[in-house]
Amino acid sequence: LQMYESDGSIMVYWHALDVTEHPPAQAVFARGIAAAGGRFICVGTSSGLVLVFDIPPKGTNITVSEVLEQHRDAITDIAAELGQAPDGAGDLVTADDAGTLCVWSTGEEFTLRSKIPAFGCTCSSVKLWNGIVAAGYGNGQIRLYEAATGLLRAEVNAHARWIYALDLAPQTGKLLSGAEDSFVHVWKLSRNPATDDVEIEHCHAECVTDTQVCGARFCDPEGDSFAVTGYDLSEIFCYSRA
Amino acid sequence: TLPLLFLNLGGEMLYILDQRLRAQSIPGEKARKDEWTDVDRKRVMNDIITTMFNKKFMEELFKPQELYSKKALRTVYDRLAHASIMRLNQASMDKLYDLMTMAFKYQVLLCPRPKDILLVTFNHLDAIKDFVRDSPGILNQVDETFRQLIETYSCLSAGEFQLIRQTLLVFFQDMHIRVSIFLKDKVQNSNGRFVLPISGPVPWGTEVPGLIRLFNRNGDEVKRTEFTTGGNYVTPQREGSFDLYGDRVLKLGTNMYSVSRPVETHISGSSKNLASHAKENIAPNPLAKEELNFLARLLGGLEIKKPGGSETGFRLNLFTTDEEEEHAALTRPEELSYKVINIEATQEPGRRAELSRILGELEVAEPRPGSSGKGEDLLALMDGL
Repeated sequence: LQMYESDGSIMVYWHALDVTEHPPAQAVFARGIAAAGGRFICVGTSSGLVLVFDIPPKGTNITVSEVLEQHRDAITDIAAELGQAPDGAGDLVTADDAGTLCVWSTGEEFTLRSKIPAFGCTCSSVKLWNGIVAAGYGNGQIRLYEAATGLLRAEVNAHARWIYALDLAPQTGKLLSGAEDSFVHVWKLSRNPATDDVEIEHCHAECVTDTQVCGARFCDPEGDSFAVTGYDLSEIFCYSRA
Repeated sequence: TLPLLFLNLGGEMLYILDQRLRAQSIPGEKARKDEWTDVDRKRVMNDIITTMFNKKFMEELFKPQELYSKKALRTVYDRLAHASIMRLNQASMDKLYDLMTMAFKYQVLLCPRPKDILLVTFNHLDAIKDFVRDSPGILNQVDETFRQLIETYSCLSAGEFQLIRQTLLVFFQDMHIRVSIFLKDKVQNSNGRFVLPISGPVPWGTEVPGLIRLFNRNGDEVKRTEFTTGGNYVTPQREGSFDLYGDRVLKLGTNMYSVSRPVETHISGSSKNLASHAKENIAPNPLAKEELNFLARLLGGLEIKKPGGSETGFRLNLFTTDEEEEHAALTRPEELSYKVINIEATQEPGRRAELSRILGELEVAEPRPGSSGKGEDLLALMDGL
């Protein structure tokens, strides 16, 4: 793991993953990264451990403040709260190869808020917004959970193949999903103020012909434009509302 | 990942060789001395399969290790293709390797679930077993490998399979050689990229896209909505079998060649993607010698059939005519040439002696006087390294 100045000029810190944590000849890698709580950077590893780095406001005295050990499978993705977390909802979510999700409250000590059990499928990508966990799975499903309680609130048969990427536009609650089926979908997340029910509706489908989509990101916080990358593709495709 | 890469590419190689040998074979009685017969074809297939599934080779292959480089892997298949009386010119070997790799790339890319890569492998093995169905000894070797595959891979999770698949896709990245059989079947575009269908059965374990279900705090479903995509998917009928015998259901990995469809490849030398490829080939690979030592160790202990006595090596042409083959050799773009590694002795005297010994084992030479059985040679070789 390497950390640099924001202009990429100097490396200010590095951390080597502990190889002894892994059985011999197994892949050792870091996957999943998020900035949380205004001062932490959390990084997932192939052993299931999540490393929490405390970043001081000034200077380069970065330390490993904690190691989270709730996951037993390789971490796939980590996401921090992008909006406003309701009380007790936690502000960080971690996901792993088995499909287990953990919701945490960040701080001097991280606390586990809820643990969402796997249902037999890898959770490849995750986002957290206003207390709603949006999770993309290897079987093409998107599920929405209540961050505070771990309750399932929505189930979408979104894609015909492995979902690789999820992104969220915090100003509007738009959700972007990209998968191997060559489709990118735009959804809208919302909460019904009366019932407090979570809602999701489909806004737009885009087929990136003959491309397995590997990455998808909104280019603006409202979600009016997005960029897409794919396997064997040396270009980045950008889409925006007409 | 290496066992899957090796076995599937090997399977594709056998499909292609079988098709070419059948296409060029002459009925036994009418054949001249330098023409292929059915008997020759079966012998070549048996020889290659026997070498491929050699017990010690398989043991080494299944040990956890990094993937070989493209060059090292190409060298393995060079040796494998020459494990019999058959000979291939450079141009034909290049074409063979192009076809093999593009076919497997296609299969990996189109795997519905990551785990289906195992079904693709099983399809190849099922076909290999059919090639040697009259030879119980070799059949046994293949079954052994089959069992080892089941043992090694059956318990992996979807995430682990996806990692294997991604490793393979990275290995095949930026390869866009056009294959005529793919172009004709509309499976590949004229720019070399594969067609990804947006219709057909969804993978086992996936639902047809379109349904949104909402739940309230008590877990009751309170709303259902649907959306459309333009795709046209259906539910799959059944799951493929992961047992030693069974219906794999998946067609990827089955033999798509038949005698009447000659296969051509088109190399596009002017593609932008090749620029980065060229740089990769020029930079010396420091691991190449290491890998080749390992490789030499594996194959050094194996019987290499030499053209003996009155038999001459039979040359197989992967092109339709000798002139075509020559032309292909001359016009192959530099960036796409598979540079086969040459072993050079290193400076260290100890290493040089060792390497010479390995080289000696590899040469098609007379048996050295006083040397004991092949088995003991292999052991001595292993101890020395």
